[in-house]
Amino acid sequence: MSHKRRSRMAARRQPRAPVFAALGDETRLALVAKLSRGHPYSISQLTVGFRLTRQAITKHLRVLESVGIVRSVRTGRESRFEFDPQPMEEIKKYLDLVSEQWDQVLSRLKSFVED
Amino acid sequence: MNNRIEKRVELKAPVSRVWRALTDYREFGQWFRVKLDGPFMPGQLSRGHITYPGYEHVKWEAIVQKMEPERLFSFTWHPYSVDPKIDYSKETPTLVEFRLEKTASGTLLLLTESGFDKIPSDRRLEAFRMNDGGWTDQMKNIENHVAQTS
Repeated sequence: MSHKRRSRMAARRQPRAPVFAALGDETRLALVAKLSRGHPYSISQLTVGFRLTRQAITKHLRVLESVGIVRSVRTGRESRFEFDPQPMEEIKKYLDLVSEQWDQVLSRLKSFVED
Repeated sequence: MNNRIEKRVELKAPVSRVWRALTDYREFGQWFRVKLDGPFMPGQLSRGHITYPGYEHVKWEAIVQKMEPERLFSFTWHPYSVDPKIDYSKETPTLVEFRLEKTASGTLLLLTESGFDKIPSDRRLEAFRMNDGGWTDQMKNIENHVAQTS
């Protein structure tokens, strides 16, 4: 199955997933920053450096998982978490698109008032 | 995570000139490339349609929020609502604000669009997929068109 296809299905499962809201929290942002180094982490590894309990970290991870930014992978008895950059890349592309439209619109405004 | 867009533009024109370009619906229509049905009124729905070549089927709808003369013009709308099959009205709109400040050489325009955190992620993905990455090319076409006709 292609990557794109998979993400479409994920999007369907979470049709109104508020990715931005999930990232609007310092702990979750810090977790994403750590996970984005590219390899799966256990909850114990992720808890290091945070003044939070495993339970609290797990709760944050579940929020990130629910919007598709983080995936959990089972290895033996343990769950490990890994980063899925796609939803964030898509948000960035979306904002870039809107931003680009504004650049065009504002440059037309500039010519319009300066002429 | 950054969920707003901010732009600063220096305009070599007096604040009064920029204010008119922003709030007179005919002038607004010329640079924004939209044909509006009537004047902007705070609290009221502004309707019209896009006049971009190729996007004429797209409706333009915004609710004017604030009109503080020569200082602030704002409206809420649904960004990127280009698919006629989708009813965007149930979604939380974003807020667009144009703030003006007098400078030595003219006017500083600060544009912000905020509230992207409320846009459903499936809509964002769809907006992107629908264009299949071709939006940049489309914008270039428009740019060329504008350069040729202006």
